[in-house]
Amino acid sequence: MSVKLKKTDVVIVGLGAAGGYASLTLARAGLDVVGLEAGPRWKPQDFPMDELRNDVRNVMSQPKAAKEVPTWRPNPSVKATQTGGIRILMMNGVGGSSIHYGMEQWRYLPWNFRTRSETIKRYGASMIPAGSTVVDWPIGYEDLEPYYDKVEYDMGVSGKAGNLKGKKVPGGNVFEAPRTREYPLPPLRRSGWNELTAAAAKRLGWHPFPGPAAIRSRAYNGLPACQYCGFCTFNGCMAEAKGSTDVGPIARAEKTGHLKVVPLARVTKIEVGKDGRASGVTYVKGRKSYFQPASVVVLATYVYENTRLLLLSKSKAFPNGLSNNHGQVGKHYISHMYGGANGLFPGKQLNRFSGPGAQRTSVDDWNADNFDHKGLGFIGGGVIDSRMENKPISAARSTPPSVPRFGSAWKEWLHKNANSVGDAGAQIESLPYEDNFADLDPEVRDAFGLPVLRVTFDLHDQEKARHAFVTAKAEQLLKEAGASETWPQFPAVPIAVNSHAYGTTRMGDDPETSVVDKWLMSHEVPNLAILGGSTFPTSTAYNPTHTIEALAWRTGDHIVKSWKAIVA
Amino acid sequence: MEQETEPRDAELISRRELLKRGAAVGVVVTLPAFGTAHASAALESRVATAQAARTSALSAQQSAVLEALVERLVPADGNGPGAKEAGAAAYIERSLDGGLAGGLKAVAPLYSAGLSAVDAYAQSAYGAAFTALPPEKQDAVLNDLAADKATGFDPSSSAFFETVREHTLQGMFCDPIYGGNKDFAGWKLLRYPGVKMPVSPHDQRVGVAVKPARKSTYAGGAIGEYPRAKKEAVA
Repeated sequence: MSVKLKKTDVVIVGLGAAGGYASLTLARAGLDVVGLEAGPRWKPQDFPMDELRNDVRNVMSQPKAAKEVPTWRPNPSVKATQTGGIRILMMNGVGGSSIHYGMEQWRYLPWNFRTRSETIKRYGASMIPAGSTVVDWPIGYEDLEPYYDKVEYDMGVSGKAGNLKGKKVPGGNVFEAPRTREYPLPPLRRSGWNELTAAAAKRLGWHPFPGPAAIRSRAYNGLPACQYCGFCTFNGCMAEAKGSTDVGPIARAEKTGHLKVVPLARVTKIEVGKDGRASGVTYVKGRKSYFQPASVVVLATYVYENTRLLLLSKSKAFPNGLSNNHGQVGKHYISHMYGGANGLFPGKQLNRFSGPGAQRTSVDDWNADNFDHKGLGFIGGGVIDSRMENKPISAARSTPPSVPRFGSAWKEWLHKNANSVGDAGAQIESLPYEDNFADLDPEVRDAFGLPVLRVTFDLHDQEKARHAFVTAKAEQLLKEAGASETWPQFPAVPIAVNSHAYGTTRMGDDPETSVVDKWLMSHEVPNLAILGGSTFPTSTAYNPTHTIEALAWRTGDHIVKSWKAIVA
Repeated sequence: MEQETEPRDAELISRRELLKRGAAVGVVVTLPAFGTAHASAALESRVATAQAARTSALSAQQSAVLEALVERLVPADGNGPGAKEAGAAAYIERSLDGGLAGGLKAVAPLYSAGLSAVDAYAQSAYGAAFTALPPEKQDAVLNDLAADKATGFDPSSSAFFETVREHTLQGMFCDPIYGGNKDFAGWKLLRYPGVKMPVSPHDQRVGVAVKPARKSTYAGGAIGEYPRAKKEAVA
């Protein structure tokens, strides 16, 4: 039997990027919030400059993520397994993945919210691939702009505006949509490597700019600036210079006295009352089970666990899982693609070993609908980032196919060239399709005996064409910058389990084709909010964190404003 | 609002401030000057003790094959020590018994079967145990493994080759606290300048010589030691 706790206004399941920002808006409004987090509270001392610990062993995944790895299969004719395929690191902790992500802090483009209608308008319906469930979002860029702005000024995002209230600004991203004001902090330091690729991109007639980063280039709001150590991605920041929600919004929400953080609390079920409303959540902490009643439940774990918890939370009112009476939970699953290239710059000491990966030159010319797709056979594109943060084990892996795999010749090549390898990585959009989805695995279970999630996902023709196109552009950039040889960084393969996953609880106006409405409130359960990438109808090419945070803030505001109606 | 394009050096925290920060979060700072010291002797002895306390997942013969194999992957030559001297074999063997986040314990059965299969294949295809073959023949065995020409492996010889290669890279280029990258052999090979915080604008220019800092991140990090992480690393 679970210990029944005192009822709270709001319980948030998962205190990461989404839960963190939701907790701040709710607690500031005076609502009592309990934040349940499966991971511990990590401290700066837990973030050593240690590639093996962070990137290879991924110590921060141990509390939970590593113990319930989703199974994957490319299609239903293959048995899904927990190993195999490429799997990108995830983690648990107060602050969630906002602790260890690469800190690229992108706003989406207006086109990202209207991919379907804009595509049909410009290229005709035939450019929407068969079987794709790509749709417009129920909201537009203009709905999110104020919240992008709030998040940027809350954490201190570093960058350069390219479009201030409709006026193009030199030095920023010429493709970005109008923003109300300049970034709160100037871009991160420009390294020699950053300048080299920016100059090359300009010579090609492209529009390079310092990509926006959730890393403070200056001390801001009492939090320190980046020290450029070179152990940023897949690690927390020992200098507390990253825009992680644990040191920012969660810490401030706790100071209001209205947020109670419960670390190492593993939610196993969202409970439903006789009225069909969410009544609270059951969680396990230590060896004890607790029931936390709440007026509103905010589900903010991650794509995989959001889906799994809903499917596991069966009741009389919801026999197929919570908020799943229309069979939409798990549908429209998307996994990002990664691509781009490495290049060899013989004899040049590039000195890319330090700095965060977000210290970069970005190119948005081959993303979204920023270029004419006529005759290309695909829509969308990718964002190219020429980055720093070349860590040693990773550097040793980054040899071209022309070099032997071992022995003295390999060693000689590494000694001569490991500091002469340049990077033009790419994140590439994947579209949603009917045959890409997630459900519960019929066999594989976690330590609690609960089924893990099963992902069915493969790439389609447009994805492969888009990947090849963007990767060729990355190689072109490196060659222009002086590379004697380039080679692809990441093949066009389905990422089996991804820290950039989307869909499964899609937002939309129609309950027949979506799980949550435009405020991210469940269509079927009026006091249940679902936050995170699982609500995104499309993946875009950018990484999702900024949009996850802006949406969470917006939903928090909505819950506060509509409190009476929601709890009625 | 005033915008500068180049962040000022003043934003870099001084060593003094970093140490203060370390103290503020409850870390005892007792280590030598930033950016100069090697892993302390005390640290090395802790690693050695932890290693000695283990029972190997491998037989003596498997262990010998592993050592010989990684030495062919990264041979000692004019560009510095090989994988054996750099501690990569010791790193793998130690990790097969467990360690940080479980170490490589999950693949210990794969290693034990794979190393015996290497020996058996060497015997059948080249007429002698792997360790008894001359270096060129050992390389031939490795090429066969990588090309999936070797038999007796589950699931495949290339999968085993890639596994050992990846772990050898980890052992060559990881922080020395894990028993590999001895005397920074791996980092010197890559011209990797080592762990530093803060990193100056100069060190991020193209074409400049960066002064190396040859020390473990655990030998007095920028905010002091990492007590919990260090304990986990040597456990």
